[in-house]
Amino acid sequence: MTPPVIEMKGITKSFPGVRALGDVSFEVRAGEVQALVGENGAGKSTLIKILSGVYHADAGEVRLNGEAVHFSHPVESLHAGIAVIYQEFSLLPERTVAQNLFLGREPRTRFGLIDGARMRAEAREVLSLFAAAGRIDPDRMVGELDVATQQVVEIAKAVSTGARVVVMDEPTAALNEAECEELFTTVDTLRERGVAIIYITHRMREITRLADRVTVLKDGEVAARFDTVPAPEAIVRAMVGRDIADFYAPPATSEEIGEPVLSVRGAGNDRLHDIGLDVRAGEIVGLAGIQGAGRVALAMALFGESPFDRGEVTLNGGTVDFRSPRAAITGGVGLLPGDRKGEGLVLMQSVRDNGMLTSRAFAPLWSSDRRNTRADTTRMDELLDHMEIRAASYDQDIRALSGGNQQKAIVARWLSMRPKLLIFIEPTRGIDVNSKAGIYHLMRDLAREGAGILMISSDLPEVIGAADRVLVMQQGRIVAEFPHGASEQDIMHAATEEREVAA
Amino acid sequence: MSIAEDAAPRKPGFRFERWAPLILLVGAFAIYVGIALGTDQAQYLTFDNLIAILGRSIALGITAIGQTFVILVASIDLSVASLISATAVLASVVMDGSPAMILPAILAALVLGAVVGLTNGLVVSGLKVNPLIATLGMSLIIQGCLSAFVSNFAGEVPAAFQVFAYGEIGPFPLALIFLLALAVLAWAVLRFTKFGSDIYAVGGNEEAARFAGIKTGRIVVLSHVICSVCAAIAGLYLASRLRSGAPWIGADGVYDLESIAVVVIGGTVLAGGRGGVWGTMAGMLIFSLIDSVFNIAGVDSFAKQVLRGIIIVAAVAFYAIRSKRIVA
Amino acid sequence: MTDRADPSGARERRRLPQINPVWVLLAALIAAIIFMNPGFVEPTGYMNFLKRAAPLAILAAGQVYVITSGGFDLSVGSLITLVVVGSSMLTNNDPAATYWVVPVMLGIGVGVGAINGLIVCFLRVPSLIATLGMMITLNGLAFLWSGGAPRGYLPDTFRFFGRELIRDVPLVRFIPVSVIVLVVVVGLFAWLMHRTNLGRQVHAIGDNPVAARLAGVAVNRVRITAFVLSGLSGAIAGILLGGFAGVSTDVGTGYELQAITAAVLGGAQLLGGRGSVPAAFGGALALTAIFTLLNFLGLPQPVRQVVQGLILIAAVALAMHRRKQTGT
Repeated sequence: MTPPVIEMKGITKSFPGVRALGDVSFEVRAGEVQALVGENGAGKSTLIKILSGVYHADAGEVRLNGEAVHFSHPVESLHAGIAVIYQEFSLLPERTVAQNLFLGREPRTRFGLIDGARMRAEAREVLSLFAAAGRIDPDRMVGELDVATQQVVEIAKAVSTGARVVVMDEPTAALNEAECEELFTTVDTLRERGVAIIYITHRMREITRLADRVTVLKDGEVAARFDTVPAPEAIVRAMVGRDIADFYAPPATSEEIGEPVLSVRGAGNDRLHDIGLDVRAGEIVGLAGIQGAGRVALAMALFGESPFDRGEVTLNGGTVDFRSPRAAITGGVGLLPGDRKGEGLVLMQSVRDNGMLTSRAFAPLWSSDRRNTRADTTRMDELLDHMEIRAASYDQDIRALSGGNQQKAIVARWLSMRPKLLIFIEPTRGIDVNSKAGIYHLMRDLAREGAGILMISSDLPEVIGAADRVLVMQQGRIVAEFPHGASEQDIMHAATEEREVAA
Repeated sequence: MSIAEDAAPRKPGFRFERWAPLILLVGAFAIYVGIALGTDQAQYLTFDNLIAILGRSIALGITAIGQTFVILVASIDLSVASLISATAVLASVVMDGSPAMILPAILAALVLGAVVGLTNGLVVSGLKVNPLIATLGMSLIIQGCLSAFVSNFAGEVPAAFQVFAYGEIGPFPLALIFLLALAVLAWAVLRFTKFGSDIYAVGGNEEAARFAGIKTGRIVVLSHVICSVCAAIAGLYLASRLRSGAPWIGADGVYDLESIAVVVIGGTVLAGGRGGVWGTMAGMLIFSLIDSVFNIAGVDSFAKQVLRGIIIVAAVAFYAIRSKRIVA
Repeated sequence: MTDRADPSGARERRRLPQINPVWVLLAALIAAIIFMNPGFVEPTGYMNFLKRAAPLAILAAGQVYVITSGGFDLSVGSLITLVVVGSSMLTNNDPAATYWVVPVMLGIGVGVGAINGLIVCFLRVPSLIATLGMMITLNGLAFLWSGGAPRGYLPDTFRFFGRELIRDVPLVRFIPVSVIVLVVVVGLFAWLMHRTNLGRQVHAIGDNPVAARLAGVAVNRVRITAFVLSGLSGAIAGILLGGFAGVSTDVGTGYELQAITAAVLGGAQLLGGRGSVPAAFGGALALTAIFTLLNFLGLPQPVRQVVQGLILIAAVALAMHRRKQTGT
């Protein structure tokens, strides 16, 4: 057996308030695909960021070809032959494919100028390794390519650096069935060329199809290691490792589900087509689909941020047409954005200010910031206490809080508005496992109090476990509906299968 | 998942932004011709007159070429106007009428430009000071130092150096050819060198550039040096044109704001990473045509200033209004 | 803000801000002034100081709103000029005209602020460019209005606000009217910023405009209000300056940068999210104290500019350094 290319031993890493990794050991050999699996927040990304030099481990060591290495910057790991393909692309949309492939190491002529011809030729050569080669013109702007093709460019970039280790972080998140197949072929090619591949995923199908070995992380520790790919059930058990029934709140009973809060009929805009859906009072409706399927676009249309331009929306029995988030909020809709730091929080303000933001936004500008018709500081503090938000003080800047506590503060923002429909986008992204259950139960409590809840999540087990009903979107349409307890396979199939869509 | 992540890929094909500078240029030219014909002043449509129009915006063009570099790396330089005054005065004082001092004077001006650019760049990339504030502060410092020493025209430019502004090669002014050469050089640097490619990378996505091993700080500093050296050259040109340097010539020409406006009209985005020199040249032409329209129409100079302010804002708005981003 | 270990603090209503370094700086500067000029402890000394500082302090209080909301307002300097020149044109030496000219000027301030805000919000022009454009435009308007040579003096009724003293006040002997205006305006602005929904929302849109919008904040309305308050502060400062400076077309020049410097000295965060009116007031006093000291040292006027540029850059650099250290 070949010696491992990468060996990580006893890696420990803590962030303020959270221990992300505790004594994790991990290795990968040349010419193998090592699957790294675990739920959101299990510590996969942190481990990779330590490998690539973005973070520094508090303890433990990283060995490359048997030698201890300390990367203090991602460039160093890149030069050492480790290429990481992150979920957020690092491509420049305004540059061509060739320019992106050779960013920072462009081939030059004798005079030191960039050798455009050679760059294009080499780009073609690298791209020819991939099935998509025919589609990709090295002179095309990257911004004009679709997500799947951009991903190929990203992988080609890693290959062209001559990387011996390639890390792929959930590479299929935005791909449909056929594109997934293409990606798998690419991974096979890399493996045959002796590249060591760390493949992060939580989809069983991909593990079965690709992996040689599997490492399962849970709560920042190695929960299991398999030298051959086991049955999916074994992986799931290691990944979740607790009683699912307790983790997710129980589904709604038929008495709890009431009249429709929201009905949409034949609605659409430039991203959405022929949308029809109902959300009933007391019900949590999950919305599944791959990235770019239009789930967020649907949420933003309902919330008035990028409105529908056709169709009919009924909220609590009345026809509505929200043209802005403010109008939607007035009408009784609330939304928890998916990018908590970028779209949810005002980070430099206090916990209490974050909780009161919405109620203040609907009070007169010139009146006191302590009390308005919907909330006052005393009641907000009680609410924050009730939700067990852990903070030294509610006057503290919210950025010092953990993800779970931050998310609860955003929920508190909406509670004072008493919305009839609440939209949660990726409610547990970046939240540690222990806080997740709290968020699920909070959602269920809100539903029991009569709100209709629409939950968008890329974490399929979460959608299946937390929602009473699952809608699946693809290319801006709702393509399938499943009752509580549907299987992951069925939903994935509905979300990714190729279909003939009339333009 | 953020709103942005869920976005659909951009449609290829016709891109408005790419052609906008040309459309605007054609529009400005049409207005110019229209006004000239409409007011029965066809003499403004001769070749010589068009060359003269260009000649008036040479200093702006040189400055704007430099400004293009800093804006491409997502920085900005508001100290160019004071630097133009300072280098014009410096050159004129060092020359003081003596042809033998021309070379030292040019060197002194270029060195001053390089030092200012280096300082700007280091303050922006090293101390992480907001570029607007860093360069506004630098502008105060330069202007303060300058007014401490001179309050009126100072020094004298020898006839030999006035060739820079007044010399001609065939029917073309020397300075115009110089500007064109400078633009070609800047274009070549941006298009064919690694430095040029790095500029686009740093301006487009600084993190991605850093991950690719590009020394982003160095690129920002170098861009600032280029910008300030261009401003120094513009100062030299103005000294040559006015035959002497004065501490107000930079501020009078509003070169800081106008050079930014010219770059933006030329399709280079303020956020960096997209644009180029030829757009900037088109922007310069648009501005000089507008200026000529005012002249033909006989707009009074104060009213011209008012209109200028409005046009600059309108120019930026022309591009910005299509974005959905919230600006502050 | 505060970060107390005592968990019961969460239930306390009162905020205990940490000592802002600007107050330490101010105390040190005042000590230095008293050391060089013991007469400063007399009412004539400190009242005159406050009177001189009043226009800048009021401007800084307005500027803080725009900075906290994430923008810049560079148009206030030329707004001051326009107000002073415009007042002299409108009053036309008629003492009785003051009663309607003052409201008109305040209206102009509000109008200019509203236009700035509208341009930023709806044309999506970054405030820096928008207000620089406004600066050029207003300067041009001031020239245009006065025909380039402002004439006459402002009547005494108008100069009342800037120049007049209220005598026979116990303890301090006299209070300048401008100091009363200062206290009222800064008090009002501080209350609005730190005790109302408006202030909290100004902070929110500067901190994260997307989050604020998705939380239902009327981002445009709040932003425009911030610009209006800044414009209003400019008009008030202009009315005061008209009282003790003469009528000229450069009376407001440079005030915009001084106001930004004062706000930054007071810890306001560029590009938004944090800002304090009392601290900006402290920053304005500190800046005025520095200028006073430079005067005592017999340094010429241009040195002031250089010092101000250095302070501006140093204050921002220091703030960035502290932010990096606290890891935020």
